[in-house]
This record gives sequence, C-alpha cells and structure tokens, in this order.
Amino acid sequence: MKIAVCIKRVPEMDVRFKIAPNGTSVDETGLKWDMSDFDGYAVEAALQITEKLGSGEVVVVTVGPDAAQETLRKALSMGVTRAVHLKVDAIPFDNFAIARALATELEGGGYDLILFGKMSIDSSNGAVGPITAELLNLPCVAAASKLEIANGKGTARRELEGAAELLEFPLPAVVSIDEGVARPRYPSLKGIMAAKKKPLEVKPAQLGDVRMTVSTMALPPDRPPGRILGEGVAAVPELVRLLQTEAKVL
Amino acid sequence: MANNILAFAESRGGDLRKVAYEAVTAARALADATGGEVHAVVAGPSGIAAKVGTLGTYGADVVAVVEHPAFADYNPEALAAFVAERARGGGYRAVVLIASAQGKDLAPRVAGKLGVPLASDLTTIRLDGDKVVGTHPVNTGKVIATVTLTAAPAVVSLRPGAVTAAEKPRSARVEPATPAGDPAASRVKVTQTIAGNTAKLDLGDAPVIVSGGRGLKAAENFKLVEELAAAFGNAAVGATRAVTDDGWRPHSDQIGQTGRQVSPNLYVAVGISGAIQHLAGMRTSKTIVAINKDPEAPIFKIADYGIVGDVLEVVPALTAAVKAAKAH
Repeated sequence: MKIAVCIKRVPEMDVRFKIAPNGTSVDETGLKWDMSDFDGYAVEAALQITEKLGSGEVVVVTVGPDAAQETLRKALSMGVTRAVHLKVDAIPFDNFAIARALATELEGGGYDLILFGKMSIDSSNGAVGPITAELLNLPCVAAASKLEIANGKGTARRELEGAAELLEFPLPAVVSIDEGVARPRYPSLKGIMAAKKKPLEVKPAQLGDVRMTVSTMALPPDRPPGRILGEGVAAVPELVRLLQTEAKVL
Repeated sequence: MANNILAFAESRGGDLRKVAYEAVTAARALADATGGEVHAVVAGPSGIAAKVGTLGTYGADVVAVVEHPAFADYNPEALAAFVAERARGGGYRAVVLIASAQGKDLAPRVAGKLGVPLASDLTTIRLDGDKVVGTHPVNTGKVIATVTLTAAPAVVSLRPGAVTAAEKPRSARVEPATPAGDPAASRVKVTQTIAGNTAKLDLGDAPVIVSGGRGLKAAENFKLVEELAAAFGNAAVGATRAVTDDGWRPHSDQIGQTGRQVSPNLYVAVGISGAIQHLAGMRTSKTIVAINKDPEAPIFKIADYGIVGDVLEVVPALTAAVKAAKAH
C-alpha cells in the first residue's frame, strides 16, 4: 500500500491577525506555524492504514516556501517514510494551480491512496483535494469522517446535513479527511531523531497560470460591544423585549 | 464575453432545497449587471421536472432538468459531469453554486472538470469588468479576503444564507436535458444513507440556532436546549466541541473551527464559555445571546445580549417567555 498525503503549513489561529503593508496578506511577524488541522488527521489516518496492513509507504507532499519543510519534518517524525517539497516563494490562492502542481508530482507515482485534509484551516476552500482527483481522473470522497481500506477497496462515511452516507470505492482513489477519522499522534523523541535522516526531496512546483488571486485582505468589522442585561431569571423579560423590539428576531 | 450565468439548483429526495433559490437569486444579480440570462440546472429522480418552475420566480430564464433514478440521491461523479457539461456547452461567464454540504463537495469537482480554480464559500459576489470578485472569510473568519477570478468561466460557491432568495419573476423555459454519460456508472457507490432526524432543521438552514456547552453540566440537561429551540419553532440545535467529544451530541452538531460554520439571524449560546475555536464557527451570526454563570466568559465579549446566571434556571424561564411571546 503506497499512500500520499498532501499537507499545508498554516499559521496557528489563536492570535489577532494584522494585515501586511501590501494589503493582500496577513502580517507574518510573530506568527507560529504548524500543519493544518485536518492534514494532521490525514497523516494519522495514512499511518494507521499502513500499520494495520503491516506494510506500505506513506509519502507527504507540500506546496510551499522553504519554511514548509518544518511541516514535512513534523510528518516524518510522526512516522511518514519520505517527503516531497514542491517549492514556491509564496503559496498562491489559486487552488487549481496548487492541484496542478500536486497532480504533476503524484501522477505515475503508483499511489493506491491520496489523502488530503478536508480543507486548509487558513484559506478554507476545501478544493485542492477534489480538483487534484479530477486532474488525475481518480474517484474521490470528500470530507470522510471514517475511512477503512481492505481487500483493495475503500469504505468511507460522510456527514451530510442531518444525515450521513456510507460509500464504497475502488483504489486508487483520493479521499479528503474530516476530523473524527483519527486524532494525530504526537511525534516521539525517537521519531524526531529518525525524521532528520529521512529523505526530503525538493523540486520546483509546476503551478502553471494563476487565475485566482487575493486583491485585498482586511479585518472584519468589530462587533458592537455587547451588553450584560442582568443576572439570572430576572433578566429574561428584558432579553425577550430586546429580541422582539431591537434585534427583531422573535 | 459571455454574459449568461449558470446556477446549480440543489435538490434532495426529489425536491428543490432552499439554497437552490439562493443560487438563482445570486446568478440573477450577476446577469442583471451584464444584461445576460440565468440558466438553472437541476438533476433529480423522475417527477422533479414538474417542480422546477418555481426557479423562474427567482429569476431563472431557462431551467435545464435531467430526470434519472441515479440522481435520486446525491451522486457526485455524475452530477459534476453533468453540470460541467452544461457549463462547457453554454459558454457562461460564471457558474454559481451554494456551499452547502452537497455544494462543498460538488463545486470543486465541477471546477476541476472545467480546468479552473474555485472561489469557495463567498459571502459577497460581483462583476468587475471581465473579472468576478468575491469576499471570502479566511483564517477562521478573522480575516476577510477579497478574491479576484480571471478564469473563464468563474466557478464560485456562496456561503448558505449569504444571499437571501428574492423573487424576480421570469417565465422560465423548462428544458429536459440528457447527460452525455450514464449517471449510474459512478466509481464511488453510496451503500447506505443513514437518515438523521429529517424533521430536524439543519444548522445551515435554520434562522435560529440554540447551542449548548459544558455549562449544561450533564448530557441529560441538553433537553433544555432542545426545548428552547422548540419554543422558537424555527431553530436548530448546535453544540461545542467539548460536548461532541464527550458524546453528549453527535459530531455533526459541532459548531466551530473544525465543525460547522454558521451565520443564523439569532445564535443563543447556552453554557458556552466562548473558546476561540467555537467563536470561529459562529462569530458572523447576526444577533448573539449568551447565558453563562461566569461574567468573565469570553462569549460575553461578542454577545449582543448576555445574562449571567445558572443555565439550568435561566433557560427554562427563557423557554417559557419565548413560548408566551410566540403565542401573542
């Protein structure tokens, strides 16, 4: 079983972002970076599949600047076999261009399974996985909350609005992973040491034309300061009055 | 430059969904800016063609509809192929979908088939000359990106509820369509659909969401949240990650950074402290009410109206008061 996992380095979200002087990106000063949340679930899912089968190889691939190698090293320290860095100066916002770079790398690689996080936590498009599947003409399950691989085929569960569906698909396939599949393990010290010696290949990313760009980035308007109406049950009539007369939602 | 706009009108179980009218309304606004037409596309089981005339009420000039048993359930491969085929054939300026659970899955497939990027989960959309420009919350809603698409066609998905469906009547021509491929020949097979409570309003559709957190103290107290939601009548029930991780509520109810992102007219946070991951899923709600015993809880910083108190006492009183207000 040969599995590729496509991952992205993203800023940690528990900060107040500032806009960079160029007006089209966030100010990266002081930001901490990590693997995008859902990509961590995807790496863990891949490792568990090969561990369960008792054999196989997991390869992580990223499109990003030099600093993205930290994120690849983290995946290697979790137990991934090798890493591929598709190098760009800055990650474009164009998800087709990223998918093209990934598909160019993955095509002909002999992968049985290609995993993605269901979306990156920063740009939140959820598009690179399914577009890559289209470019490779592979079956695709997006946002799987459960995934099992056995006997050369896959089964997955997807959460819908107020329902869920179980799916079956042949390999090779592309699956994007929702949380719930597997909590990512923490790299062990042994894993971190081993990761330093694992292969990490660097190549230029074949993005092609970029046809979707960010023209401006801005902070959303602050919410007007809220009001504490009072304490306990005594405040309920005032709340209901405001919901009727001011917010007009009742 | 093509001026017509293609709108994907979502259906489930043989009926159009509310988001279908949102897609057509958004497409109508774009088409009006260029003097173009709105062409809606619908796929469903036998009988759906008789139900699509209502899309004209919201501004569709043409409705292309395919009836096939393989479209009774969501069938991503065949549906993406069909929508992409219509998009290619019509030379459209833009293809508009709604980023519902189905639309989030479908839209990137359509974009991939058309060889273009997807601008997803937009909260606004407009034309700027040959370009399509939209706004998209990034970094868990803490930053708003204005995104410019130069690809043709521009494939976009709009956040559910970002556009309010508005009537703009046209006498829609309903045209039966036939997909090029066999809709039943999908590589990915749905083996089972596990129905949730279908009477339940979905979080993405509900104008009111009542959401509960650890402050409820025990799983059985969640019935207070359900009763308050029932009193509003048009409300869905959400939960924090702590609560879904503990198994008090299903994972699909989770609102937050890694769960659903919602923007209802009214969001009532019951016993929710307001962790940053939760705020990421609901901060764009129009009106926020918080009930929590800790006056320092971060949820009060973004709540329009707050009550400090024990949720086990305040919520039943609020339920009674909402019922009384609704009765008038």
